[in-house]
Amino acid sequence: MGAAILVLVEHHRGAIAGITGEMLAAARDLARALHGSVEAVLLGCDVAPLASRLGPADRVWVLDDPIAATPSAELTLAVLQAQLARHPAAIILLGGTNVSFGLGARLSARTHLPFVNFCQNVRVEAGTVICTSRLFGGKILADVHLPTSQGILSITPGSFSAVAGDGETPSVVESIPVPSYPTAVVFKRLIEPAAGDIDITKQAILVSVGRGIQDASNLPLAEELARALRGALSASRPVVDQGWLPLTRQVGKSGMTVKPKLYLALGISGAPEHLEGMKDATLIVAINTDPKAPIFDLAHFGATVDCLELIEALSATVRERIAAG
Amino acid sequence: MQAFVIWKSVPDTVEELPVRGDGGSLDRETLRFTLGDADEHALEQALLLKERHGGKVHLVTLDAPEIDHAIYTALAKGADTAVKIAIDQTVLGTAAIARVVASFLTATPGRMTADTLLLPGSQAIDDLEGELGAFLSEAVALPYLGVVCGVTLVGGQVLATKEFAGGVRGEFEVPLPAVLGIQSAERPPRYVPVAKVRAVMKSARIDSVELPVPSPAAALPVTRMYKPPATGRAQMIDGSAGDIAVRLADILHERNLI
Repeated sequence: MGAAILVLVEHHRGAIAGITGEMLAAARDLARALHGSVEAVLLGCDVAPLASRLGPADRVWVLDDPIAATPSAELTLAVLQAQLARHPAAIILLGGTNVSFGLGARLSARTHLPFVNFCQNVRVEAGTVICTSRLFGGKILADVHLPTSQGILSITPGSFSAVAGDGETPSVVESIPVPSYPTAVVFKRLIEPAAGDIDITKQAILVSVGRGIQDASNLPLAEELARALRGALSASRPVVDQGWLPLTRQVGKSGMTVKPKLYLALGISGAPEHLEGMKDATLIVAINTDPKAPIFDLAHFGATVDCLELIEALSATVRERIAAG
Repeated sequence: MQAFVIWKSVPDTVEELPVRGDGGSLDRETLRFTLGDADEHALEQALLLKERHGGKVHLVTLDAPEIDHAIYTALAKGADTAVKIAIDQTVLGTAAIARVVASFLTATPGRMTADTLLLPGSQAIDDLEGELGAFLSEAVALPYLGVVCGVTLVGGQVLATKEFAGGVRGEFEVPLPAVLGIQSAERPPRYVPVAKVRAVMKSARIDSVELPVPSPAAALPVTRMYKPPATGRAQMIDGSAGDIAVRLADILHERNLI
């Protein structure tokens, strides 16, 4: 057997997370090209049954222990380090998620393996592993060659087809012991989003505002448009960070993942973290004054007009159409 | 509490991002540099902690174009001291920047105390090699938590809130000293009038520190940088706002959305 491709499994509330399927799909391709194997690492409490859902892996290493019931980066790092010491791997795939945030850099510092962040593509050309990362808010791609075909990669969600990594083929399952690790950072509790607001994940039409809305005083205009369209108002991160809308309205990596019939993006440039949360909308219309804004790579229709002017014009037009029947 | 806010300048994506002739890097000569949103929030979180619990806020950054104005703005907002390490940050990868900051923090015994918090921005748009806070925590051997959106001091430790997905957050207990990568402060970054910044520029001082340039400058061999191919671009609608509104209304009507 050649090089091992290690995948850190992410799971949530008893189900394998979508990013895991994506990583397994990428790992299978890499293993094929490098004549290696896919090795999944699964940590948690009462997680052993999940191993059977990791079909694309040749082997699943499981740490199933109450100590792993709550998130601990220190435990995860210790497990990965111990695993690498016992069974050296060529490539380690981590999810580009908040759950796995920071693991790659820290593991790189400890193992001296190169870490490549924001990977949206991994391939092997003439025996060399080449990663493509999306940088600068999605405006630039960078190709990185791993000279020894060894490294730690953080996979951006949505980059690979999770379907290809799905499956229930039984894998070889082996237990791994709890390593010693520092317990300085202690998980206390999960905080669910505040109830009471509308659930934007259940809306058929979302009017979503970004930095281009300029000021909180312009939000009523967007709300008016959302009402005219019989939809709801959502936002990208900068708007929520300004305190103009609650977290329950945030679309993207840390916020909600939405799949409305219409996603009208107003003054949103389309940072990868935002696209992650709305890429599966049926119809995406983007309004942004920057013709090179990454949102236009995903949108079906676009216009480079000032979004405030468009909001007023579209509200009026939609109301006229509805009134005219 | 001694809060060290660690800043890292990034290219301003509002401007063009030209790739150099060698195809492997951006043309730094023509770039504008700015701070990432998370770095602004890191300063705000430090100032909030100082207001609640006392202590000092120290700003630490390497040299970068237009950084002085940003530093004076931080001093005008309430930072107590500012250090600029005289190394061009824009030629370094994130791991090398972390090594420089770590050597500054550890060069003088006693600089980091038992109640020290290191507060970098959680992530930057050019973190190809990884996050500054994660590398820094390994370099100074301190506990680390990233994607932090709230910090409370309780006794000798902090309760830090970390973002997960779907609006779900986790609360973690972190002993001091520690590194917290700040994603967003509990309040939007405060505004400071230009006149106050100008006044601070006359009265305040930026401490300049000389340190060796780290080697290697970057950990990763980037062989090619390029703009994403324009595949699957949106069908663009031209005209005035009124023209576009009419066309969009047609599109929505055709799809039974209005």
